[in-house]
Amino acid sequence: MSDSKAIFLKDATVNAADGDQRAFIRKALGGYYTNRDLQKARYRDWERARDAASMAKWSAVNDLANVLEKFTANFERNGGVVHWARDAAEARAIILKIAEDNKAKAIVKSKCMTSEEIHLNDALEKAGYGVVESDLGEFIQQLRGEAPYHFVFPCMHVKREAISELFTKHLGTAPTDSPEELTMIARRHLRQLYVDADIGITGANFLVAETGQISITENEGNARLTAALPRIHIALSGIEKVINHLDDLSVLLPMLATAGAGQPMTCYNTLYSGPRKKGECDGPEQFHLVLLDNARTRLLADPEQRDALHCIRCGACLNVCPIFKNIGGLAYGTTYQGPIGSVITPHLRGLKQWNHLSGASSLCGACTDACPVRIDLHHHLLHNRRNAAKESPTLFDRVFHHGFNFVIKRPWLFATGGRIFRATLPLLQKLPIPYMGAWMKTRDLPKAPASSFRDQWKNDHV
Amino acid sequence: MRISLFVPCFVDQLTPQVGLATAKVLKRLGHEVEFRSAQTCCGQPSFNSGQWDVAREAAIRALGVFRGAEVVVGPSGSCVAMMRQFYPELLKGTPHAAEADDLASRTFEFSEFLVKKLGVTDVGAKFAKKVTYHDGCHALRELRLKEEPRQLLRAVKGLELIESEEGETCCGFGGLFSAKFPMISTAMVQVKGGALARTGADYVVSSDPSCLLQIGGWLSREGKPILPLHIAEVLANDA
Amino acid sequence: MSDARSDIFARIREALKVKAPKPHLKGEPAPGKTSAVAKPWLPEGGETADASLTILAEQLAKLKAVLIRVPDHAAAAKAVADLSSSKGWKKVAYHGHPLTRPIASALTCETWEADASFDKQKLEGCDAGLTTCEAIVAQLGAILVSSASSGGRALSILPHVHVVVAETCQVVPDLGSSLALVQARHGKDMPSMLSFITGPSRTGDIERILVLGAHGPKELYLVLVG
Repeated sequence: MSDSKAIFLKDATVNAADGDQRAFIRKALGGYYTNRDLQKARYRDWERARDAASMAKWSAVNDLANVLEKFTANFERNGGVVHWARDAAEARAIILKIAEDNKAKAIVKSKCMTSEEIHLNDALEKAGYGVVESDLGEFIQQLRGEAPYHFVFPCMHVKREAISELFTKHLGTAPTDSPEELTMIARRHLRQLYVDADIGITGANFLVAETGQISITENEGNARLTAALPRIHIALSGIEKVINHLDDLSVLLPMLATAGAGQPMTCYNTLYSGPRKKGECDGPEQFHLVLLDNARTRLLADPEQRDALHCIRCGACLNVCPIFKNIGGLAYGTTYQGPIGSVITPHLRGLKQWNHLSGASSLCGACTDACPVRIDLHHHLLHNRRNAAKESPTLFDRVFHHGFNFVIKRPWLFATGGRIFRATLPLLQKLPIPYMGAWMKTRDLPKAPASSFRDQWKNDHV
Repeated sequence: MRISLFVPCFVDQLTPQVGLATAKVLKRLGHEVEFRSAQTCCGQPSFNSGQWDVAREAAIRALGVFRGAEVVVGPSGSCVAMMRQFYPELLKGTPHAAEADDLASRTFEFSEFLVKKLGVTDVGAKFAKKVTYHDGCHALRELRLKEEPRQLLRAVKGLELIESEEGETCCGFGGLFSAKFPMISTAMVQVKGGALARTGADYVVSSDPSCLLQIGGWLSREGKPILPLHIAEVLANDA
Repeated sequence: MSDARSDIFARIREALKVKAPKPHLKGEPAPGKTSAVAKPWLPEGGETADASLTILAEQLAKLKAVLIRVPDHAAAAKAVADLSSSKGWKKVAYHGHPLTRPIASALTCETWEADASFDKQKLEGCDAGLTTCEAIVAQLGAILVSSASSGGRALSILPHVHVVVAETCQVVPDLGSSLALVQARHGKDMPSMLSFITGPSRTGDIERILVLGAHGPKELYLVLVG
């Protein structure tokens, strides 16, 4: 068993048994479902909108080289600097070098999952820079020393009392149980940090090839501040974020907000085309964009699952996923949690170590229905299972399925085996048979009937 | 119409009454019903476990079993989805591809067959009980069946249909998933089973016997006063 | 060693040698670029100017943004002055523009034309920022500001209150129209920042409970003239 699987099983077992925490997560998501349905109802045809959104991403991803070339040419024409990183280490080195070249001290970040993927904060802190996450959820997680629980709602699992305690401990503020007051504490604390920071680091939701702009979606205004006040702006983005046309955003931005957060539009959707222009009164002097591969091209090379690169990181698949809701985001041990994480992590980090996430699914398909860009998520879990079985089959699976196949190939053996199974079921239930015992621990099996359907049918139809 | 029954392997062995009820309803509507005894398992457990080579063998065998059948009807959204959606995927690019597509086009889930193919919603059933309906995920999302079973249930004399919270939430069965990840599967059935029990219905009805195995197993263990029942059993009841 | 850029492009070209199927679509293939065409499946933006204004008012109300409709510029100045005195603003920064200057000069509190001499510390101390905008999107209740129309990047986000002054003719039905409009207006010389502001700053990060004014303005006013 891989280490990551052992940790997953342990954490999932603990979390799945924590009824209070599970109820808390379900309650937290309750408002999302209501708002999402209200917003979706405003679409004159949500399914057609999904068509358009998925085609916008499909056409860019399947022409990635050309679209990226066009984007970077336009981005550079606007005065930005493009950096290319094959992997996480290269991306970290590029960002560290920019900081060093500019004698930076303080760095403020807005929410960027790609930076979690490359473990950027660790690298910056080790190099002696002060790094502050400015998104409220990320700020709380940074203080907790914990990875984000959900890649859109990073601290949705933390109760207000715990946040109050955390702020008292780290910021010296008086305890409060008001989410509003807690938010204001963070607001006041972070304000001066934006003003003092030399570098602002953001992610990017879309890279617009036609105009060379990057699009950043957020609710709090922290990304706006991060890209406005420090003298250097660094954006970090996966190469798959590119889209062809500015107009594609007229579909993608509202759908991202509706699918992911139940909003008509996220509060701030901002397009940056470069550093401060001549005649503009503020904005950074330098604008760097780090474009990251980090195994995305490996996923690209799999035409069956290439559509996973359409992902706009809205989080809708997590919000509807019964696995996510019952085991929580941290149990995954991945940068990207939930169904999309279970699909792409084996490609990004290795199938053998991470296939268990594809196995840990009832394949209910709620994720696929929720995906605004029509990624075939739950079928890709099946594809990962198939690929893993081929690449590194487990002994149990080989014995079990070939044995099962031996039986079902022979109807007489199936019938006889069934007869024996039914007759001995009361006994079998008492034996410590792996898997069956696990099933029986929380559920009863029906009482075995005296005769099977095929026997009864035969008697009726002789 | 001559209808070939597709009886899931565990229905055959554990809940034969579901298969018998399916046949009873179809016969009552004036159709000829056959059961080809060479059928066993559709191969879904192996397919879902990634053992596609094994599943492919099961699929090819099923093509043989149902060769020449006018229509194939099964009382399980999950097993029908296997034949209809996944056989073509498994056999794509093989010499069996065309036959897989052909079988898929002739295979129907029971409630779907009644409503969509036969155009029947009232099968003359009586059942004076409070019932809540559980959508199996395969029926709901692979076969896109939601209204069909409800139309059938609403037409049953005396039956009161109550919708539950967590209406489209998975019960957590997922085949071998329920045994390989029992803690997650149990957490899921707690959510789903709890919602079903809160409706106050006498029965939880579904078109998927595998979901009923999971839900019924949990309800029984928890001592909840609501029983699992397959939709075919409800529709077969005419007394 | 080859450079990262050419390596990545080589990987992409290699990967794309095998084609991927198109997504399973529900309808006819969706058209690619449709700037000028309303997308009849998105939320409605209004077929007429009046319809758009109705939708805009509904959307802004749901977003907890305040719409103040006034008949003329004098009334706009009075409305903002009333707001300022009722809220007790002491310092207001504004973007120098024919729409905003008369309003600023009617204010009794301290005012400051922020784009003339940007100072982030001073701006942080302002109670409100007064700007114009590029366009207003009825469909979503979004106000499109830019570094050109709003006195740079910070004025519309750093002060605790944001007041936007616009004319009704700046209201466009949908997002696509607003993007087409800025493309036509600025061509290849886009302002370095364009931002759709959809309601006051907000967060749901604590227990998914909505709180306004996370980092950006807690209050957003749209003063619509005409």
